[in-house]
Amino acid sequence: MGKKLAVSWITFACCEDSSIIFVEMLNQHFFEWKEKIEFRYCKMLKSKGNDFAGTDVVFVEGAIATKQDEEKLKEVRAASKKLVTIGSCACTGLPSAQRNSFDDSTKREIMLTVERFGHLDKVHPVKDIVKVDYIVPGCPMDEKIFLDVLGKCFAEFGIQ
Amino acid sequence: MHKQGEFDIDIDHLSKIEGHADLDVKVKDGVVQHAHLKISESKRFFTQGVRGKSCLNVGQLVSRICGTCSVAHLTCCIEAVENTLGITPSEQTKLLRNLTMDALMIRDHAMHLYIFCLPDILNADSVLELADRDKAVVEKALEVKSSGNELGKLVAGKSVHANYPAVGGYTKIMTNEQAKEMAHTLHHAREHAIEFVELFREKLPVFERKTHFIALKNPNYEYIGGEICSSEGYCVSRQNFWEHLDRVVVPYSQATGFEFEGKEYMVGSLSRMNLNKEALHRDTKKDVGNCMSMFPSNNIYMNNLAQAVEIINSIDHSIEKLESWDFKPEQYKTPAVKAGNGIGVIEAPRGTLYYALKTDDKGMIDYINLVIPTAQNHQNIEKDVAKLVQEKMDLEKEDISMEVEKLVRAYDPCMSCATHFLKLKWKEAKRASSKKAKVRNPWTFDVEGKR
Repeated sequence: MGKKLAVSWITFACCEDSSIIFVEMLNQHFFEWKEKIEFRYCKMLKSKGNDFAGTDVVFVEGAIATKQDEEKLKEVRAASKKLVTIGSCACTGLPSAQRNSFDDSTKREIMLTVERFGHLDKVHPVKDIVKVDYIVPGCPMDEKIFLDVLGKCFAEFGIQ
Repeated sequence: MHKQGEFDIDIDHLSKIEGHADLDVKVKDGVVQHAHLKISESKRFFTQGVRGKSCLNVGQLVSRICGTCSVAHLTCCIEAVENTLGITPSEQTKLLRNLTMDALMIRDHAMHLYIFCLPDILNADSVLELADRDKAVVEKALEVKSSGNELGKLVAGKSVHANYPAVGGYTKIMTNEQAKEMAHTLHHAREHAIEFVELFREKLPVFERKTHFIALKNPNYEYIGGEICSSEGYCVSRQNFWEHLDRVVVPYSQATGFEFEGKEYMVGSLSRMNLNKEALHRDTKKDVGNCMSMFPSNNIYMNNLAQAVEIINSIDHSIEKLESWDFKPEQYKTPAVKAGNGIGVIEAPRGTLYYALKTDDKGMIDYINLVIPTAQNHQNIEKDVAKLVQEKMDLEKEDISMEVEKLVRAYDPCMSCATHFLKLKWKEAKRASSKKAKVRNPWTFDVEGKR
């Protein structure tokens, strides 16, 4: 068996539409990717052995909304060789970051929730917090760009 | 065996479900003290974010509440806007909406059943592990799932965040040739989907707890239209649904729960099958007849069998429509807007979804509120988990945890959705400390001090 790309997938504040697109892309690519990819942390696909250690490429979906998100993201970045932002919320913050532009009265309305659950003052795209190597924009993510980026990752890590 | 029946189960981020949720169960002296389902998905404040947006476009924004059920949010929101504006859609539009929902049911149920649950019942950790042992079963699963995805793309433009459905109609309509081709694909997928019904029928675990079930009672077992009915035999009108729903504030979760007439209840495929099985498509009844006598059921794992049957039902409805309807182009006209309010109630894959909204005279959203299936199941899930842990007390803690995860997964919960509905009243939650507080919702709800 050849060398596989060690991939992780984590989601933050988002609707997980790109996770769904990924699962739908499996309809065509499942058996090809199964030979080329080893999933390290991927809670949508497996229950056991979810661990970031040794990740080559981490796909990050969603915006960073809480202190916990921020800490987790830094941890994930440190454990992974390459980081790819997936979908609009991870790449630009929106629409998850819509509360950043609420007027004062709306901000007061949501204040209790924001404080109670450790939300940050603003919702951030991933690039505000850590270095990003590639982006796959779109809402949900653009399938062609995802395939391009994945292809680049296979090439960089010498996966046949 | 754990010591003296005293232990805590903390599952951080349940796996193979949609979104983020944690579970915390406390056991003392061999008795379950509490089972808390904590939805840890961050709120994204759509209820506030849509205010001031045009009611003609708001469907595209609420679609982003949830990637999994985006099409259900869009469809329900459009129904609420059309009711607000007094629009009656064309017969072709109604047919396309039903097809759109059928595509969603096939794709979404297939994801839950084949990617998340199938490994559980075949004793594999994941679909990846399963494929090593049985390549054919995974190939068949992917083919069924793909047929729903392709149908969604054909009817609605995209299967996630669909772009053809709009207030008043569809912006693009398939050709008859495309329809026939799609029907052919569905016929093929149907054969595999029936094999999966058999598989789930034979392999389902049993966990029973008496509860009650709520669903739209629809004469054709479709997902749009029908009365809100309970397994206890009564129905309530759509306009008055708030009078029957109690919101339950859950202090440890970013979402709230609901009770119907003061009791916990379940929504979703099992509820629909319990209430509507006689209305299934005739071809479905013919080919899955051996499942019919298994409903109504109090076994939550039967939710998976109900989903498997619903895939066939949606395939059969879709084939019939695609083969018999004469699809004609319709020029989409932007509807006139006005001030008003309206309700949308549909059956989303995970159960009854409610939208209520109000527009101003320019057609801008003044307020919007929604009641989400997973929020409605919240109370039921917690009570089930408590009972399950009590019954499995003799197992090792890790095995209890796995059993609990399987049980929660059987509900097919959707956490992205669950964090988006009525505004939480934290003052009440704080007053009640860790206890849950009940709030009855008047029809006009929303922002405090603004009715």
